[in-house]
Amino acid sequence: LITIVDYGLGNIGAFVNVYKRMNIPTIVARDVDSLKDATHIILPGVGSFDHAMELLNSSGMREALDNLVKSGGVSILGICVGMQILATSSEEGVTSGLGWVEGSVKDFSTHSQYSSLPLPHMGWNDVIPVSYSPLFKGLEKDAQFYFLHSYYFYSDSPVIAAEANYGFNFVCAVNSGNVYGVQFHPEKSHHWGALILKNFAEI
Amino acid sequence: MLRPRIIPSLLIHQGGLVKTVEFKAPKYVGDPINAVKIFNEKEADELIVIDIDATVKGVEPNYKVIADLAAECRMPLCYGGGVKTSEQAKKIIGLGVEKIAISSAAIENPNLIADIAEQVGKQSVVVVLDVRKKKGLFSKGYELCTHNASIQIKNYGLLEFARLAEKLGAGELVLNSVDRDGSMNGYDLHLAKQIRSAVSIPLTMLGGAGSLEHLSELIKCCGVIGVAAGSLFVFKGKYKAVLINYPSLGNKTELMESLPSS
Repeated sequence: LITIVDYGLGNIGAFVNVYKRMNIPTIVARDVDSLKDATHIILPGVGSFDHAMELLNSSGMREALDNLVKSGGVSILGICVGMQILATSSEEGVTSGLGWVEGSVKDFSTHSQYSSLPLPHMGWNDVIPVSYSPLFKGLEKDAQFYFLHSYYFYSDSPVIAAEANYGFNFVCAVNSGNVYGVQFHPEKSHHWGALILKNFAEI
Repeated sequence: MLRPRIIPSLLIHQGGLVKTVEFKAPKYVGDPINAVKIFNEKEADELIVIDIDATVKGVEPNYKVIADLAAECRMPLCYGGGVKTSEQAKKIIGLGVEKIAISSAAIENPNLIADIAEQVGKQSVVVVLDVRKKKGLFSKGYELCTHNASIQIKNYGLLEFARLAEKLGAGELVLNSVDRDGSMNGYDLHLAKQIRSAVSIPLTMLGGAGSLEHLSELIKCCGVIGVAAGSLFVFKGKYKAVLINYPSLGNKTELMESLPSS
């Protein structure tokens, strides 16, 4: 069962609606009990890294999610800040991330190749797959996705699934075992985003 | 590469969708939810929806209408109208809206920008500046106004306030030209250039677009920018028949060719 974690951040309704149109059932989890039937977990998120971690840590679901992810029994997809908190830390804050994916989150404006482009990185951009990921199965070459962020995921381990370019190439999708993350918003990226969410449901 | 955002801007007045000229004479053009459905089908980049009654009447945002719009909308949605507190902003974001637009409340109390950014993140804070050319024989430049252009702002200059908004945590500026509203004569490119060089957050221009050529001019002038329009996307032909429309993916790809080479 597709389970959308509602810890107070992100557009929960948008995910529910996208799956509803595809006739894929979902539930919204606000406590540990409602995680018990999860096979696929969606971890949304907007706003700042620390705020997201604080809300998740105090949601009562953190430990259960840790256990589910480590047991390997579920697939999990982090979206936007929900992807960033998969990392161990962020330059945006001081709180530790979930550490489910090797990497850290960095500030666009301090990158050596950042050339005073407007921030946040806002709008529709290309996504360049760099390694096979089931998320991108059947995706058109000219697919575009909606981005809205000022920090990016950095990793030098083989978890990188796709990159996008904004002054320089940055990681916009990761995959480490049963953990997936995308920086863009598939729930607001028309038919391209719907395909990503459908692919995730079929993993 | 990042594309310019082509954004229909929808005005809500007395529950219906309207289009104004110079912020006046609202003409009924249809039902808001129906319009959102059509823009879904056309895969619009983003939508801006502004309730033009809320601030003038001093009423709360209509949360029921916002929730209905957000549930229907399959693209990023920016809502504005009557937002005065960070609690209201948080509630609206919770309804499934991506961005909150504030205008008069931000000019009356600029710290509201910081408050809302703190609550919902700066990426979701849009400051809309209603701007018109100064009138009078010896006046030049632009002035800010609020309340559907009925109140003129004297304590801030345009560029001064744009920079202040950026500093306080605005994630985007929308420049709404009163003089060009509904004119369909093209964007105020001079205004666009001034603001683009004054701030380094994303910028969206609204007011004056009457053809794809006008969109192309703005992109040529300012590069990757938000290209918003009302009349262009709700009227068709020289008699301005109401017909919701939006550039095709092919049109949009052609518009990309207007981008200045970096």
